[in-house]
Amino acid sequence: MTMSASVAGSLAGRVPAGTPALRVAGLRKRYGDVVAVDGLDLTVAAGECFGLLGPNGAGKTTTIEICEGLTMPDEGIVEVLGRRWDEDEHALRERLGIQLQETQLAEKLTVEETVRLFRSFYARGREVDEVIDLVQLGEKRGARVGKLSGGQKQRLALACAMVGDPELLFLDEPTTGLDPQSRRQLWDLIVELRASGRSIVLTTHYMDEAEKLCDQVAIVDHGRVIALGSPRELIASLGAEHVVEFTAPSAAPGALTVQQLGALDGVQSAREHDGRWTLEVVELARAVPALLEELARRGLPLGELATHSATLEDVFVSLTGRQLRDG
Amino acid sequence: MAEPIRVPERDEPAPTRGTPLRAVTGARLPWRESSLAQLTLVRFREFIREPEAVFWTFLFPVVLAIGLGIAFRNKPADVIAVGVVGGSATADSLVARLTKAGGLKVIALADDGAARRALRTGEAALVAVTTPAGAVEYQFDDTRPEGRTARFLVDDAVQRGAGRRDPVRVAERKVQEKGSRYIDFVIPGLLGMNIMGGGIWGLAFAIVDARRKHLLKRLVSTPMRHAHYLVSFVFSRFAFLIVEVIVIVGSAVLLFGVPVRGSLVQLAVVCIVSSLGFGGLGLLISSRARTTEGVSGLTNLVMMPMWVLSGVFFSSTNFPAVAQPVIQALPLTATINALRATMLQGAGWDAVVMPMLVVLVWGVGSFVVALRIFRWR
Repeated sequence: MTMSASVAGSLAGRVPAGTPALRVAGLRKRYGDVVAVDGLDLTVAAGECFGLLGPNGAGKTTTIEICEGLTMPDEGIVEVLGRRWDEDEHALRERLGIQLQETQLAEKLTVEETVRLFRSFYARGREVDEVIDLVQLGEKRGARVGKLSGGQKQRLALACAMVGDPELLFLDEPTTGLDPQSRRQLWDLIVELRASGRSIVLTTHYMDEAEKLCDQVAIVDHGRVIALGSPRELIASLGAEHVVEFTAPSAAPGALTVQQLGALDGVQSAREHDGRWTLEVVELARAVPALLEELARRGLPLGELATHSATLEDVFVSLTGRQLRDG
Repeated sequence: MAEPIRVPERDEPAPTRGTPLRAVTGARLPWRESSLAQLTLVRFREFIREPEAVFWTFLFPVVLAIGLGIAFRNKPADVIAVGVVGGSATADSLVARLTKAGGLKVIALADDGAARRALRTGEAALVAVTTPAGAVEYQFDDTRPEGRTARFLVDDAVQRGAGRRDPVRVAERKVQEKGSRYIDFVIPGLLGMNIMGGGIWGLAFAIVDARRKHLLKRLVSTPMRHAHYLVSFVFSRFAFLIVEVIVIVGSAVLLFGVPVRGSLVQLAVVCIVSSLGFGGLGLLISSRARTTEGVSGLTNLVMMPMWVLSGVFFSSTNFPAVAQPVIQALPLTATINALRATMLQGAGWDAVVMPMLVVLVWGVGSFVVALRIFRWR
């Protein structure tokens, strides 16, 4: 694609060196009895793509909306591009691009009219036509927003977020509910934005999205950051490169125990849930034969053996004992 | 995240922003690309692309006026049906006398049962029953204007037939003046109602719908000036108002010959001021509601009493004197009074100053409160 050239443009000098794009400290927000954000700290370096990864209801949206200056925190500090929201909200908004999770843009306007409207709010920004082409809606320029597919609507939302030529983009679940092809198209766009030097903060509950897009990931659960690092670091923190899953009876005589499996050659740790076993494995070539041997020795049947490289999902499971999808 | 958090001092100089990136669209945007122009254009586009809205705003009042104009057109003086219970010579002579009198349609009725039925169904407004002694009994409902009119007409014919002579000689000259007909009365009422509906409903629905769809929140997450959003409604309202007033007043003048006796400038000022006033009310109504259902309830709560009380279809003076101070203080009453004074009486500015002050107080008051409590997010 020729996007890089057009997305790019030097961002040098926009933010003083060393100023983080976003700094959040001690953030707390409660709604009635529900604590949505419970003492959350984050630092996003300039030019970085930062992901808030967590299940639904983890407090991601509340956190990002506080960062966007749309929700007041009960406690805590938020600095966006080195500024606080109470200093000069208008000037700060000129420098941000925001995509909210549930915005329904006016259905009766066309794609071009919508982008032109958002362009008009910014003192400086990009050409409307150029942005529409960037998000590959050129053919839909004159189409009503109400007639667009889900993926096209999300790309239009992204166009509205980037038409002000922002230094920092907040994207709240940019690909939720999209088909795989639309997700990939959006990922490409976000990668391009990141490559052009913009800072990006996004929320997602897709671990593959966080792995693909983010330099840094904060895993959020119950309104707190429970792990922070690059996807690679987080996966490495498991101490295991692979995950082996299999089913075997857990109540039969001579059944397996977590301790025995954990002690097998090459196995880092083991978990069991309803007869489904999960082993975090350092070296597949040693662990699998050892497992098969152990099962054979006990005369236990083996079902559904599967292995995969460790992912952020496994990190989340290992930290919380729950699947991301379970919420 | 063990990094200690440094709390910046409040007066610590904010990091300065570096030289801006290439100005992508260089200098100031042309006016058409300004946010106020774009927001106003959005209002037009959303309105024009909603055919129902166009119908209800522009055509419905005309259709309603035509319907009312036909229903209440000035017919030749009504003929009133009266019944006479027959079977006797006196009855027959009464029938002959009433038939000659004019303005009455006489129905011969067989007996008392038929008489009661005729009264009950409204087939006859009055039933006359003769007695052998030569007296006449009138049976009628005196709460119905038709019944009372029939009583006078019948009695007049009966007494004259019996030889009554009137002591005073009277002359009659029949006059039908444009401006005093029902259609003349109702057109300013409909115009006022439309101005209210456009101001309140036009603002309230659009704003709450945008809030419900999180579009309002999305807009305020940009550097958009909040005032521009609200002013775009004012601009678009004025443009629609011009069309509304021309359509309604124009068709009233052309189709029914409704007079516009006062100055057009004064009529325009009354329309603009009242539109602003109702716009303020519309903003107040929409300032908190999150659902369109919620705002429709609120809108009806505000508008319904005014439809009834403010003299759209019949004079507001029909209500008891106790209620008059309240009724006269309603913005729709004030608007309609000013419109009627301007259109029908050809009154000057002094007649519209007070009503317009009333409307402005409502408008400005609601606007100030609305801005304080408005839910942008």
